[in-house]
Amino acid sequence: MIEIENISKSFDDRPALSDVSLSIKAGELAVLIGSSGSGKSTLLKLFNRLLEPDSGNIRLLGNDIAGYSPEQLRRRIGYAIQSVGLFPHWTVEQNIGAVPTLLNWPKARIRQRVDELLTLLHLAPDTFRGRYPHQLSGGQQQRVGVARALAADPEVLLMDEPFGALDPVTRSSLQQELASIHASSGKTIVLVTHDIDEALALGERIILLDHGRIVQQGQPRDFLLAPASELVRDFVGQSDVGVRLLGLDKIATRVRAEAPIPGEPLRSDDTLREALSAFITRKVYSLPVVDQHGQPAGVLHFADLLAERT
Amino acid sequence: MKRPGSFVHRYRGLVISSLLLAGLIFGMPLAGPLFNTVFPELERPIYLQDSFLTLVLAHLRIVAISGGIAVLGGVGAGLLVTRPAGKAFRSLLETVLAISQSFPPVAVLAVAVPLVGFGETPALIALVMYGILPVAQGALTGLSSVPQPVLEVARGIGMSRRQILWRVELPLAAPVILAGVRTSIVINIGTAAVASTVGAKTLGLPIIVGLSGFNTAYVIQGALLVGLLAIVADQLFELLARRWTPRSGAALQEQAQA
Repeated sequence: MIEIENISKSFDDRPALSDVSLSIKAGELAVLIGSSGSGKSTLLKLFNRLLEPDSGNIRLLGNDIAGYSPEQLRRRIGYAIQSVGLFPHWTVEQNIGAVPTLLNWPKARIRQRVDELLTLLHLAPDTFRGRYPHQLSGGQQQRVGVARALAADPEVLLMDEPFGALDPVTRSSLQQELASIHASSGKTIVLVTHDIDEALALGERIILLDHGRIVQQGQPRDFLLAPASELVRDFVGQSDVGVRLLGLDKIATRVRAEAPIPGEPLRSDDTLREALSAFITRKVYSLPVVDQHGQPAGVLHFADLLAERT
Repeated sequence: MKRPGSFVHRYRGLVISSLLLAGLIFGMPLAGPLFNTVFPELERPIYLQDSFLTLVLAHLRIVAISGGIAVLGGVGAGLLVTRPAGKAFRSLLETVLAISQSFPPVAVLAVAVPLVGFGETPALIALVMYGILPVAQGALTGLSSVPQPVLEVARGIGMSRRQILWRVELPLAAPVILAGVRTSIVINIGTAAVASTVGAKTLGLPIIVGLSGFNTAYVIQGALLVGLLAIVADQLFELLARRWTPRSGAALQEQAQA
């Protein structure tokens, strides 16, 4: 989908990216992670030509992006940043319809698309269509930001710390929504973050950058079990590796099909990390589990947290 | 008619000052007995060389010409130095703006007259020079206060430079630019009176004739009209500002708080 070959980029002789190569597959949710100054945002901005590389090239669907006009290219690529990026003088409808308007879609089609996206992101169209950004909460603004990025059904979605300014509760619910949008739409998404938990929760592949170079890339599990260097080890938080590993798996993977036992049940689609927390706070060795519909799904035993993955 | 929210009620300042202005323009001769009582020593207590309507129109004409040039020039200068190409001139413009604030308009007239002679031209030069400053300042402030992330997103979703300017930058900067234009025009209306010292026909004429002929009544009549004209103009901008900005979030918030 996106191939990056030997990209280098400097700002005033200070290298931001040095000889970076990376390939992102169609339908993948790739997370670029790194501390500030690692070059992760710079790399993202090269994808839609907000920045131009000093050397190297980027291909989108096999074509060098230098061959497109920047405006045409950007209208094909969704782009979302922290919530402040909404146009403050435009309504929610105008904000979401921004790219379709640039693409000269007919008005009726834009309106239909806006309603569709508002519904997808759990904002009632009739309530929110005519509101201005300052009349929305931070989480609602960010939903509108995501909706705007999705508006013209882009092939690729670029997100630069989209949930960075949100409180933890709103952030995790938006992360879940993004994951489900990704699962249902199959869009290629490249997301930049500095939050390792966000990367582990969302990323199918994580690419860790440091000082303009890729230090390690792979599945979340690789990062936790086989950190390539001391730096990666620090980044994933050495003392938290265990609980973060549990955070990668759902309760459903360890549940035993036994008769329900008494107690407040766990949900099978929560992670093992939440199960661990429940075991410890409630001081028990086994807990009943229910599925998404609240039907009994079996029992989870404390010792099974250590079991091999099934 | 006095129901809250009705035009007259909301803009009663504008309505009152406009009525007063119209009354003075057309009714000044009727005030003859009044000025006679206050200044019994004056033979002709009402300025009659020109009708006040003529003076007001001539005054407004000079303000309109110089104001128009000042607005175009000021917004143009603000636009230029906020584009990538003109960035280098930004500090220069800021310095010029700071320095020229300290030049009194009379000084500009004194320099301009030997160069271009008496009449309207030196007056227009002085007024444009003076009026361009607040506009350029407003344009500069307004355009640079557009948040960087908003501009980045505008670029990121594929707007061209022209589209960013017309759809994002100018609408967001508009309230601040309008405030600059308002200051410029209101100052201009007052300053234009000074232009009569170099032979331009304005509402300054009765003032200057009155000053040189020890006729305080003329001075009062000219000054009253200049003052009222400035107030009416200011109120008109107030109306414009309220009508123009309710689409932007900031203005909506202000309205909600008011």
